[in-house]
Amino acid sequence: MAGTATKHTLPAPFHEYELDDAFDEMVDSGGAVRPHYRHIYEALRELTGDELRRRQQIADLSFLHQGITFTVYGRDEGTERIFPNDLLPRVLTREEWTRIEIGLTQRITALNLFLKDIYHEGKILNDGVVPREIIYSCKHFRRQMRGLHVRKDAYVTVAGTDLIRMPSGEFVVLEDNLRVPSGVSYMLVSREVMKRLFPDLFRKCGVQPIEHYSQALLSTLRALTPQGSPRGTSEPTIVLLTPGVFNSAYFEHAFLARQMGIELVEGRDLVVHDNFVYMRTTAGLRRVDVIYRRIDDDFIDPMAFRADSSLGVPGLFNAYRAGNVSMANALGTGVADDKAVYAYVPSIIKYYLKEDPILDNVQTFLMSDPVHRRHVLARLQDYVVKAVGESGGYGMLIGPHSTAEQRDEFRRRIEADPRNYIAQPTIRFSRAPCFLDGNVQPRHVDLRPYILFGDKVTVVPGGLTRVALRKGSLVVNSSQGGGSKDTWVLD
Amino acid sequence: MLSRVADSLYWMSRYLERAEHTARVINIQLNLMLERGSQSEDLDWVRVGRSLGMESSEDEDDWSAESLAQSLLYDASNRSSIVASIVNARENARQVREQISSEMWEQLNRLFHAVRRSSPEAWDSREFLQSIKEGAHLFQGITDSTMTHGEGWQFIQGGRYLERAVAVSTLLDGHFHEFHQPAQAGAERVYLEWIGLLRSCTAFEAYCKAYTADVKPGRIAEFLVLHPTFPHSIRFSAEALETAIKEIGREAGSRRAARVERIAGRLRATLGFSQIDEIMSGGLHAYLQELLRQCGQVHGALYQTYVSYPIEAALEA
Repeated sequence: MAGTATKHTLPAPFHEYELDDAFDEMVDSGGAVRPHYRHIYEALRELTGDELRRRQQIADLSFLHQGITFTVYGRDEGTERIFPNDLLPRVLTREEWTRIEIGLTQRITALNLFLKDIYHEGKILNDGVVPREIIYSCKHFRRQMRGLHVRKDAYVTVAGTDLIRMPSGEFVVLEDNLRVPSGVSYMLVSREVMKRLFPDLFRKCGVQPIEHYSQALLSTLRALTPQGSPRGTSEPTIVLLTPGVFNSAYFEHAFLARQMGIELVEGRDLVVHDNFVYMRTTAGLRRVDVIYRRIDDDFIDPMAFRADSSLGVPGLFNAYRAGNVSMANALGTGVADDKAVYAYVPSIIKYYLKEDPILDNVQTFLMSDPVHRRHVLARLQDYVVKAVGESGGYGMLIGPHSTAEQRDEFRRRIEADPRNYIAQPTIRFSRAPCFLDGNVQPRHVDLRPYILFGDKVTVVPGGLTRVALRKGSLVVNSSQGGGSKDTWVLD
Repeated sequence: MLSRVADSLYWMSRYLERAEHTARVINIQLNLMLERGSQSEDLDWVRVGRSLGMESSEDEDDWSAESLAQSLLYDASNRSSIVASIVNARENARQVREQISSEMWEQLNRLFHAVRRSSPEAWDSREFLQSIKEGAHLFQGITDSTMTHGEGWQFIQGGRYLERAVAVSTLLDGHFHEFHQPAQAGAERVYLEWIGLLRSCTAFEAYCKAYTADVKPGRIAEFLVLHPTFPHSIRFSAEALETAIKEIGREAGSRRAARVERIAGRLRATLGFSQIDEIMSGGLHAYLQELLRQCGQVHGALYQTYVSYPIEAALEA
């Protein structure tokens, strides 16, 4: 499966830039630099390695001083790390972006209709388009949400959909993150840093702005203000609910709260009284209208979900059910980003919108299907196997990079609980130039745009481009040696 | 402002004040040890431990000067130790990192890492103690010049001065208990102890300006308890505490602020209308204990009003 590398004759600092059969974001198959990368290519040729290294240091320091770190779970203490940020922007043309934007809008619209349907009449299940047992066996399906009215039917308010680019150049959806997607702060901070490091290049390229994200998020949350809130929709009290300083994304929670000018609260700051939610302030209790929650469903209310949770707010679910408080995202959205349900998203789009999907899925084999299972188990070394309810690169087997023991381990796990696994062919998704070891080398990248769904759908142009920094690696997750880079959508 | 945030700012400030006070007291004690024989050393350290609010324990007799000083400096499990205070101050700041200025966080973080690096092998290191004092002073300066002097800052002020009033009262009480008996051992030694007390409150020079270097216990008590403008006197601390509490009440606009303001006002008035000869004739110990009781009440009322109030009492109007 490893591609045939062709040594290329690009000048420094591109002298180690090798092409293979993956789509290259900068260079076309003929070895010529794509037009939208021209400015960057030329600028890089004029900068010395020392100068690039200097700018990389400035960027790293800037991240360090702002305390932009994440926590790696499952290792020893002292696991707070700086999020590696690559110096070179990933560039998309306006045409490429427009297609992505329309495709994402279509997808989130269909997924919200789907969520409303399965928590109410279940028409799509009655019509046999999506098998009932897949929904009811999903560990993120929330029985408590059945029949509950969600304000403006906005189940998924914030989505961070992962896209990858196929060798053909086409963008496809790898996974929908519909619960509590993170990473948007890296997108915003890395843009700030890039503007400081490459002001001329930035101007010359004509990059579409993303700075309005926080404002757009605030408007989207405002649109969810419950009916009958005393302050109306003009001045609702919106809070961001964080698990606390020990959470891996705490920096982001604090960052977004500051950017939007809303309170950053923990579960212990909120109390429920007579089905209304209040926050404890020094001036007394203050009613809360909308909660942008960055806590998983399971932990949100120990009375309704996991009783051992100390992060949540007792009684919150009842207040939510009574319609006295809105939450973004709604509870139970995880059922739509279950990786087995993912396989049905193209059918879901057709069912509700009577349209063909604009962004395709990656071919997906459900291990609960005996035919699929037999096929995949026979050639596990060619496939990527994922647990359906996991994210962040945990619980995953990458066939071509796995050992025989790891494959045996996964074979056992799949046979023990087939519903819990899916497999996808190993895709050598696209590569973009990165500044590594003093020169420019290609690395695999994905793209996570952030989609907001309120009164309207907003997708800020670009998103978080994640990079698999190790040579040849296809894993972009920050917890597994990945980094990020700024994404420029040209005007 | 969130109650949790107010709580963290208040305790961050109290712990830092505690660390600074402890550092100063220990530094003075180390100096005194140079001046006098080593026969009474162990007992002196026990007294120092007590005057810093360390709970007495059964194995008190086993305390050696060295182990006690080590414990007060480096033992994170000793709640009165400098390390524990700095760790706690930083932990509180970490909980509200987005509410304080980056400069404040960086300074506190620096202090924390300096403390963590220091080793018990150098237990009498004056440099270590010096760096704690300077670090705490720097933090106060940074706080005053980089943070909005709003509600959060007032909680910081309140925490600092309440801690100071308690610390000076406790120190004074212990000291008078020990040395204010006529015809005690060598007069020179007692003289040094009184100067040590003043220095522990950064008050020696200020005292000399007011009363000359003529050291008299009654005057020292008057200076440290009742001086209106010296920043480490109990009266000054009580007045600063009341100011902060009034400002908090104004900023928060809470209907329930009257009680804590009344209690803080009483503490300030108790000190403002006291005279030293009355205090001394009625017993300094009883007077200081009364002050400590009132400080405890202010703390309790502050909590009941702003931090851990019952839900029913606080539903917004």
